[in-house]
Amino acid sequence: MTFVTETLAWLTDGDSWVGPNGIPARLLEHVEVSILVLLIAVAIALPAGLFIGHTRRATSLAVGLANVGRAIPTFAMMGILLPFTQAYDPALGFTLYPTVLAMIILALPPILVNTYAGVTEVDRDIVEAARGMGFRGGQILRDIEIPLALPVIVGGIRSAAVQVIATTTLGAILAGGGLGRFIIDGIAQNDDGMLYGGVVLVAGLAMLSELLLSRIQRVAQPSGRGRLPRRPFLQLAELPPREAGI
Amino acid sequence: MIDWGWVADHLDHVAFRTLQHLYLAAIALAIGFAVSFAFGVIAARWRPVNVVSTAIAGLVFTIPSLALFAALVPVTGLSILTAEVPLVLYTLVILLRNVVAGLQAAPPDVREAADGMGFRAAGRLWRVELPLAVPLIIAGLRVATVSTIGLVTITATLGDALGGLGFFIYEGMNRFFLTEILVGAVPTILLSLVADRAFVWLQGRATPWAPPRGLQPESNA
Amino acid sequence: MSAPARHASGATVDFEHVSKQYDAHAKGTPGAVNDLSFHVPAGRICVLVGPSGCGKTTSLKMVNRLIEPTAGRILIDGVDTAGRDVTELRRGIGYVIQQVGLFPHQTIAQNVATVPRLLGWPAARQRERAEELLALVGLDPGRYRNRYPRQLSGGERQRVGVARALAADPPIMLMDEPFGAVDPIVRERLQNEFLRLQEDLAKTILFVTHDIDEAIKMGDLVAVMQLGGKLEQFAPPAEILANPASEFVARFVGADRGLKRLSLSRVSELDLRPAVIARVGDASAEARRRSATDPFPYLLLVDESRRPIGWIADAAIPSEGRLDERLAHSMSPLINRRTTLKDALSMLLDADVQAGIVVDRTGAVLGLVTADMIAERMRETAGDARFAAVDLETIERAGAIGAIEGAAQPSEPAPT
Repeated sequence: MTFVTETLAWLTDGDSWVGPNGIPARLLEHVEVSILVLLIAVAIALPAGLFIGHTRRATSLAVGLANVGRAIPTFAMMGILLPFTQAYDPALGFTLYPTVLAMIILALPPILVNTYAGVTEVDRDIVEAARGMGFRGGQILRDIEIPLALPVIVGGIRSAAVQVIATTTLGAILAGGGLGRFIIDGIAQNDDGMLYGGVVLVAGLAMLSELLLSRIQRVAQPSGRGRLPRRPFLQLAELPPREAGI
Repeated sequence: MIDWGWVADHLDHVAFRTLQHLYLAAIALAIGFAVSFAFGVIAARWRPVNVVSTAIAGLVFTIPSLALFAALVPVTGLSILTAEVPLVLYTLVILLRNVVAGLQAAPPDVREAADGMGFRAAGRLWRVELPLAVPLIIAGLRVATVSTIGLVTITATLGDALGGLGFFIYEGMNRFFLTEILVGAVPTILLSLVADRAFVWLQGRATPWAPPRGLQPESNA
Repeated sequence: MSAPARHASGATVDFEHVSKQYDAHAKGTPGAVNDLSFHVPAGRICVLVGPSGCGKTTSLKMVNRLIEPTAGRILIDGVDTAGRDVTELRRGIGYVIQQVGLFPHQTIAQNVATVPRLLGWPAARQRERAEELLALVGLDPGRYRNRYPRQLSGGERQRVGVARALAADPPIMLMDEPFGAVDPIVRERLQNEFLRLQEDLAKTILFVTHDIDEAIKMGDLVAVMQLGGKLEQFAPPAEILANPASEFVARFVGADRGLKRLSLSRVSELDLRPAVIARVGDASAEARRRSATDPFPYLLLVDESRRPIGWIADAAIPSEGRLDERLAHSMSPLINRRTTLKDALSMLLDADVQAGIVVDRTGAVLGLVTADMIAERMRETAGDARFAAVDLETIERAGAIGAIEGAAQPSEPAPT
């Protein structure tokens, strides 16, 4: 049980909390990168998903891309991106860029698929009724399809977010920042306190964000709160958060 | 950009790492499947078990893999156990949910008809509920397999003895050697895509009775 | 359906003071049943009918013990079902439900052979039996045996459901709204086919429906149930229509029960009015004289085989020469002896000449039927002791069989 005391010692050590390698700085890095990636992914996937869901155009293309995207392991994705990012920027191309790009690619399918599926799954009778009352296409999307699909859309963003937060950890392997730094450095320096401190922080952040996002998703439910359905895994977009970690 | 000479010199090693990758994944999948299947049959029948296991699974889910692997290092050292315990755990967590959902997938009218015709409980499970669970079990295996193939690469951080093809990615990153990174990354991606397609194919073959399934939205734990 | 055709392969079913109470707090439970007693003779169809929540389905499921009664006994051939092994009991009872409950992962042939497989029949015999039953319910085994349920239409699935329930030749069948999930045209066809099958099979059938018309059509006996699982009336359909036992039954069978009764009688029960007929080629003068002696103002022109060609108004019969097909100016509907009075009346209302021509199987004229005759018949039988205390053996079932062959119905397309 020595690692427990070591972990506590590391976590309570004042030195762990200051400087560019301190916990607050690493946490901030972690959250910053995750939010940046998520914003970019949402900016791309959300409009695309809405378009596909509303118009039912390009569905098979989107489905195909999403399927392939889901099946590519993140670590390998980072590897394959390296040559390109390095050619683009020799400095950041080996650290930040591959991680960020891989995470964006990783975050796209769940948001895209859920947005598309959420809109498609809206009861056709409701859309038909709206059309019958004279709603225009845009109004149907804004007033009917988006509100009704919102829980599913938010669910996709939630999955993406949890995956992104976990994947940011992997960035540490490529000398990136974030909380994963403590794990990688802990292993490298044989410092169990730091290693476990990192594990605790990473797991804590993951669970906290999961909790927060599930709250948000619940609020997005039209009926206000309610139990979220737990569906079985059918596709890779449903990969659990730590895939994020891949 | 790519050092083909290096690739040619290391073909043996690539073959070895590919095999290692496969067996690390296979062990995790086999154990994970066996345990989740046995446990799923109980959980599908017994609600409290299902509720508790679901909660635990949800918790395990949120822990990033790097953290879980790392957490075991001081306990099990840099042995294969350190790799397999999290791999099995993740597999189990994915499969359990699908096994339970699969076993509960038989429509009420089908169950009622089975009971009405005089199936005993075991007969109903074996001949009706289990066959009807196959699509969801295969879907779970598909997700678990692809996920495990990816996760094996992360085990490279646990030392040279592990990692499968991830070894090349990890070492290549540490040595700033692009060729080696690609030698690890490209086969991993191919492996993953092939496994994914293989399960899609298997799904169609194993369940000719099931309607084709469209793209499904994300579920959340 | 007449009695002699029956060799009653069925068993008797007796409910003796059967009750099923549910916990008042439990939500979504099926209807309770309160002190239900009745006797179903072997080989008869007993229909349980009533509004939803009246306990009819609960009653049905207590027979194969999917639901256990809280009080009372259910006897099959005099043996208490509670004492029997539950799976053995169920394997000896055919069970058909509205959603059919076919196994989606098995082919049609495998589905049909389910109970034979449970009973351990040899594979060859299972296969043989499945083919035989598919043919019996009108599904070509060659086309259907290797299909999966999702590849079938609703009506086809229902047929497979019936075939599956018949597979082990059970003496008893339980049918819970078996034709409830298909459209009215298919339902009618399935009902007729099933009644025709039942003529040969003579199973004892408990049949649940919420549709009084279906109950009257399908039942040898009808049990009308009320909310709370109370039996309001248990009687043959004609009795229920003629003498509803309570205000509830009267309302449930509807204000048109007089018309519904019409569907329980057939043209064969009427004394047909003889028609004045003449063949093509007969002497006109003689025909004219004969027609004048009859009050009916038309002469019926027939061909060599006494098959009707059309009416000739008395005034239009030429005084000399021979009768010619061109003289016939209109035609009445042709009616079969098994046509129900309801259908016969309906056809008469549409016809120019208010008389229906009753023909035999070869199409030859037997006589005429008029609306007056039908009305007279209804007056005779209103509250008629014969209907009230009707012996089961004399019940004519609601036009079902007649409808198949009768000219009244749209012809039954061959089952696909």
